[in-house]
Amino acid sequence: MRSWYRRHGHLIWFLLPGVLLYGIFMAYPLVSSLGYSLFEWNGFVRGSFSGLQNFITVLTQWPYNERFWSALFHNAQFFVVTFIIQTTLGLFLAVILARRLRGFAFFQAAFFLPYTLSMVVVGFLWLLLLNPRWGAVAQGLQFAGLGDLVQPWLGQRSTALITVILVNAWRWLGFPILVFIAAIQAIPREYREAAVVDGAGEWGIFRRITLPLLAPSIAMVTILTFIWDFNAFELVFVMQGPSGSPNYATDLLATFFYRTAFGDPTTGGEPGQVGIASAIAVLMLIIIGFASIFGVRYSQSSQVEY
Amino acid sequence: MARTLSGRPQSRVQPGRSLRSKPLRRVLVYLLLALFAAIFLYPVVIMFLAAFKTTPEIFSNPFGLPESWSLDGFREAWRRASFGLYLRNSILVTGLSVLLLLVCATPVAYALARYRFALKPLLFIFFLAGIMVPIRLGILPLYILMRDLGLLNNPLSLILTYAASGMPMSVFLLATFFRQLPSELEDAARIDGCTEGQIFRRVMLPLVRPGIATVVIVNIVPWWNDFFFPLLFIQDDRWKTVPLGMQMFFGQHLTNWSLVFGGMVLASLPLLIVYLLMSRQFIAGLTAGAVKG
Repeated sequence: MRSWYRRHGHLIWFLLPGVLLYGIFMAYPLVSSLGYSLFEWNGFVRGSFSGLQNFITVLTQWPYNERFWSALFHNAQFFVVTFIIQTTLGLFLAVILARRLRGFAFFQAAFFLPYTLSMVVVGFLWLLLLNPRWGAVAQGLQFAGLGDLVQPWLGQRSTALITVILVNAWRWLGFPILVFIAAIQAIPREYREAAVVDGAGEWGIFRRITLPLLAPSIAMVTILTFIWDFNAFELVFVMQGPSGSPNYATDLLATFFYRTAFGDPTTGGEPGQVGIASAIAVLMLIIIGFASIFGVRYSQSSQVEY
Repeated sequence: MARTLSGRPQSRVQPGRSLRSKPLRRVLVYLLLALFAAIFLYPVVIMFLAAFKTTPEIFSNPFGLPESWSLDGFREAWRRASFGLYLRNSILVTGLSVLLLLVCATPVAYALARYRFALKPLLFIFFLAGIMVPIRLGILPLYILMRDLGLLNNPLSLILTYAASGMPMSVFLLATFFRQLPSELEDAARIDGCTEGQIFRRVMLPLVRPGIATVVIVNIVPWWNDFFFPLLFIQDDRWKTVPLGMQMFFGQHLTNWSLVFGGMVLASLPLLIVYLLMSRQFIAGLTAGAVKG
């Protein structure tokens, strides 16, 4: 024992603080979420074992089932729209910028700047900008003679969710652009030069060289977007309130979870449904877990070494 | 053909050049870039300009420069929102989280990168499992844990949560940096009589400074801006961080736009200044974090 300690003792000191910190404050809560979901809860006090009852409640019992499926659908829309924007517009801007045109640093920094703002600021900023009476967007449209287009974007069911999604994309897009630029610049010059010599046009180069070599980065960014979008909370909480107004049109899994666990101050709903909330969290964990395993697999299988 | 005549036949094989040789296309590209730069930047510019205007002026003149550059919005927001207090709390929480993370993550990364031991594969999986899982999904057990430890309304709850959640990614990021160091360094230090701890602290740690900088940059942005954990852990006004304090403040004064814009600028300024001063390091750090993590 003594000689073992002399040879390996330092390892314990290297590992112990990190393992304890991560184990107690991250691994333990995530794993015990699973346990929480299998019990009845009375406020924040644990009751008796109830098996899968909390899951059955979330998935089949009104109003939980209606809220759950609608929130899940909203999260899916959140992800799909963001994914489309970042892999079309984001990729396009990255391809242009990756050529290091004059002003490259300025444009890159400009696209990325909103990412440094907090969600609270982004939410309130756009809340004011999108105000249908006094906001800059409405006034700009009015000024351009397009006053008919002014709507209470955040206040009506038909536009509220997509507006929040676009505000989120505004803040987020700089990040995928950065990652794509870095990945494009990692492609050896010779590939492109060879293609040019062979007479390939811009589109041909993009389609046959850049895009396939970017696949791992696109997959990586897509997983991060998926994880982020299935956890989105702040923007809806700040702009639309904890119940995703109007009438749950912007409700997400995370806001649904929050209300179920901690109560909704605006509607005075019953707080502290810890068991049901944990079931929601576990379902989110499963969705995110599957998506990331799938995405990481794909990202690794398409990995290239230059 | 035309290119050959212009005397720059080599321009065909140099990337980027083809664009320069087509002026119309070049103008279009710049117009497009300028349009998108405006979409990303202009809302922030409007926010800054509005912070200097009175509320009626924001309504009547949302786009132009302010008439008198009044500082009342900032002054009022700073005073009424106890902004100085929130700023202090945010600096404290973010700073100590970074410190705790580095103290815990660098030795783990070092051990995983440079030693062989029986539990290594297991530990590797243990940390890998957390890399894609957001800590928020464990919020209920975490909340009850903090309550039982008596840490609700205590900034320590935020520091422990942030540092723990930063572990997996930071460990892997730092491990890639430690792995690149030549083993001759270690051997030489060992011959000179250094203990393992001294090798780590004196020899290896200073050599992974770029990795440490990356870890700091990757984590500072989300922690500084985090709203979720303060919302749940902190009720006491004394310990609110900037995002939480400002959210409450904005909600209360939503009709006083001058005040709200002033508060938004105050809340964004610290990180914005850091970003503008070191955008190169910021961008390099964040892409490294995303690509390697």
